Amino acid sequence: MASTRFRSDAGLTARMSLVMLLLGGLYVSVFAALAVFTNLSGPFLLFLAAAFGIGQWYFSDKLAMKAMRAKEVSAAEAPELHGMIDRLCAMADMPKPRVAIADMDVPNAFATGRSPQHSVVCVTTGILRRLDRDELEGVLSHELSHVAHRDVMVMTIAGFLGVAAGLVMRWGFYFGGGRGRNSAVPFIVIWVGSMVVYFISFLLTRVLSRYRELSADRSGAYLTGKPSALASALTKISGDMARIPTRDLREAQAFNAFMFAPALNRESVGALFSTHPPLEQRLEQLASISSDLSRPTN
Amino acid sequence: MKLFRNVFGRSEPPAANLDNLFALPSAAITLEVATGFTATGVASVCYRQAEGGAFETAQRDVQDLLDADGGPKVERTTDDFGYTWLVCRADPSDLSSLVNDVHAVNSALENAGFGPSLLCSLVSFADQAGRRFALVYLYKQGTFYPFAPDGTKQRDNALELQMKGVLEAEMPIEPDLSRWMAVFEAPGL
Repeated sequence: MASTRFRSDAGLTARMSLVMLLLGGLYVSVFAALAVFTNLSGPFLLFLAAAFGIGQWYFSDKLAMKAMRAKEVSAAEAPELHGMIDRLCAMADMPKPRVAIADMDVPNAFATGRSPQHSVVCVTTGILRRLDRDELEGVLSHELSHVAHRDVMVMTIAGFLGVAAGLVMRWGFYFGGGRGRNSAVPFIVIWVGSMVVYFISFLLTRVLSRYRELSADRSGAYLTGKPSALASALTKISGDMARIPTRDLREAQAFNAFMFAPALNRESVGALFSTHPPLEQRLEQLASISSDLSRPTN
Repeated sequence: MKLFRNVFGRSEPPAANLDNLFALPSAAITLEVATGFTATGVASVCYRQAEGGAFETAQRDVQDLLDADGGPKVERTTDDFGYTWLVCRADPSDLSSLVNDVHAVNSALENAGFGPSLLCSLVSFADQAGRRFALVYLYKQGTFYPFAPDGTKQRDNALELQMKGVLEAEMPIEPDLSRWMAVFEAPGL
């Protein structure tokens, strides 16, 4: 009978669900606090943050393409890249995203867009030059998994509270500071509260982001059936990342969450704040998928 | 359910649909009557070779199985995208045995747990004037589409759309035209 070699990682799913649950709990408690100590500025700020979040999600493909100075390419301009993505999409049974190339030396790739129907997969010329066919395919399948998992939507929702709390921290004085006598709680409590909310939600979204990278690695490796090619792409790129001048990197920072490999030196950021899991962890997961695939039948 | 799995990052490669392939023999009769195109007796299966020994074994087994019947040997080639093609040949008048050969490849890979590695199958057709096209079967969608190469990098879209019209009632034709991918490198076309 039909059998499958795909094994979902129950532990990873459980940890990811827990993080989502914690974030959800944070949302509920913040909304509850707002309902209890309500004044005019609370709902207004949330509305502002929501509008910001929705805009960022809805236009994510255009924003990211602009920021990376990426150019959409047709099938005639980049036949190999298109052919590769055609085949991967046919294997994964998903709509084909648009394809773009960014002319920069940072070896990276990202996928973004509000839904699988409106997404774009972008690779840099740097990655095209450094990777061979199988490695590039591994990277593309990782990016296509991000599209299938709707990571832009999930991460926008996850990050929304952080944006709202950040707004209170920065501009809270203008919204709530002037009416100290009327509001139910002193402004300083709101300010400190939003700082705490900001910090917790920041940590949780980073944890979530790392788990989603592992998921994308996993699904991508099963799609191509070549986890080792993805592993070799990761090693190649991570080695290169450390040698890249910092100026380019700062420009790319805003999009780190959707990138294939983060454009930061890992030494410079604590593992706790990283959007991507450490290389060793990613390689370890790919090695275990590889041994699953070569397990003899029955 | 699929959305739920995806949002939790557990998307798995979809299983292949092997059954719709059997719509081919009867569709071929309609095709011959309506357009004069007949099967050339060549079919191929395209799949993504997974790494490791298990896939190697499954692949060798299926090749041995198909070669055991004393007919033309199965050819194996790898294309520029790294996909493997198994080319089966049979008597042009006996399309069902060709379909059975293709099905044998499919089910052997599926039994070994590599069903998700199947990409597509091609069965080629030609008419008296020497025009050729192939019916491509997409395993994950369970649909067919016509692919008519015109030179090395051009497609005869008019012929493809004409075939779509003829065959629509006979077999599931892929409705999303963006999935009619070009397979110029397919052997045996």
